[in-house]
Amino acid sequence: MADKINFSLVSPERELYAGDVDQVDIPGTEGDLGILPNHSPLMAAIRTGTIKVYEDGSETEFFVQGGFADVTPTGLTVLAERAVRLEDVDRSSIEAQITTVEASLENLTGEAALAARQNLDGLRAVLAV
Amino acid sequence: MASLKELKNRIGSVKNTQKITKAMQMVAAAKLRKAQEAAEASRPYSDRLNSIIINLAGSMADATDGPELLVGNGKSDNVLLVVATADRGLCGGFNTNIVRKAREEIVALERAGKTVKLYLIGKKGYDQLNRLYADQIVEFVSLKEERKLHAGIAQNIGEKITSMFEAGEFDVCKLIYSKFKNVMEQDAVSTTMIPAIAAIGSKDDASGEHAADEVFAPDLDGAIYTYEPDETGILRVLLPRNINTQIFSALLENQAGEMGSKMTAMDNATRNAGDMIENLTMQFNRTRQARITSELIEIISGAEAL
Repeated sequence: MADKINFSLVSPERELYAGDVDQVDIPGTEGDLGILPNHSPLMAAIRTGTIKVYEDGSETEFFVQGGFADVTPTGLTVLAERAVRLEDVDRSSIEAQITTVEASLENLTGEAALAARQNLDGLRAVLAV
Repeated sequence: MASLKELKNRIGSVKNTQKITKAMQMVAAAKLRKAQEAAEASRPYSDRLNSIIINLAGSMADATDGPELLVGNGKSDNVLLVVATADRGLCGGFNTNIVRKAREEIVALERAGKTVKLYLIGKKGYDQLNRLYADQIVEFVSLKEERKLHAGIAQNIGEKITSMFEAGEFDVCKLIYSKFKNVMEQDAVSTTMIPAIAAIGSKDDASGEHAADEVFAPDLDGAIYTYEPDETGILRVLLPRNINTQIFSALLENQAGEMGSKMTAMDNATRNAGDMIENLTMQFNRTRQARITSELIEIISGAEAL
């Protein structure tokens, strides 16, 4: 397979990944997306979850929280509000977040509650890894 | 004329001061490098975010019913000025320049009949502005306790500002900070954060040179963007984030500017101390020689008298 997609993952603090890859799996707010080379232009919001990067048979995983995926003919850019390599995830801070989100859930209604629940699911899924 | 002992003491104390300013200069230089790296590392994110917003705003340019954060709420009577300064002094005119810019803005806005509110980041700006506009300050944040700037700080501030906007506490929001050009040059600038469209429409004072790389709106080869969720949904999430990002990069620029300014100021102080030591040493030697000469004269005239 000759085709590769240029992928870069940036957080406000720095660029975490940049390079040509075979495939990237993204947790979109409306469902997971697998982005392959030559994907049509797409702008998607992402939820809390893991991004999986496939490159030459090896996989790299990142934990991301909120942000956007932007697919253009030149490649895929993920702007994540927070992003770390999955193995560097700080479990205690995630647990702390779960507690705060759970506490705030009671006061939320409608879309905000939905978003919070989605966030919560993502956080729990990371801890389960 | 000062006595020898006095001069000696003064030389000693100036030397001590010089040691301190020298050390501060070196610390600032080291921190400056780090701050510059951090500012550069954050640039891809803010650039991309910016181009996405321009893209989106372009595609709904005629829609005046866009989110208020983008197009404004139709008024401009209440203006919130977010003024970011440093928490520490001893960095030359850095803080003063930002405060001066803020005061110019306040005066201009008030002359135009607008109500100005102040949201202050950094203790030094607060100290200076509190004297003149104490009753207009709505919030003051000090970052002195933060050992390292991270996106979370900006996020807290940004969310606060966004919720204030949604509560209708102000109509227009401007951000004043110091843009880091190089070690010698930092420009106090003011950018409009809310409504976001104003910042896009007129790339005025703030990012004059930045406008050049604004043009990297992606070439889609005629294809159409798919949005997931729809454009307004994306904008609703994206705009508050853009505010956080702007604040974050302003803080980073400020940090680099503060360190650069401090480095220059401390370098000057070190040099001045050096000059002072030279003068004092000269004076010291002259006094010493004068004393030796007068002692010799006394001895000689004493011997002659015999």
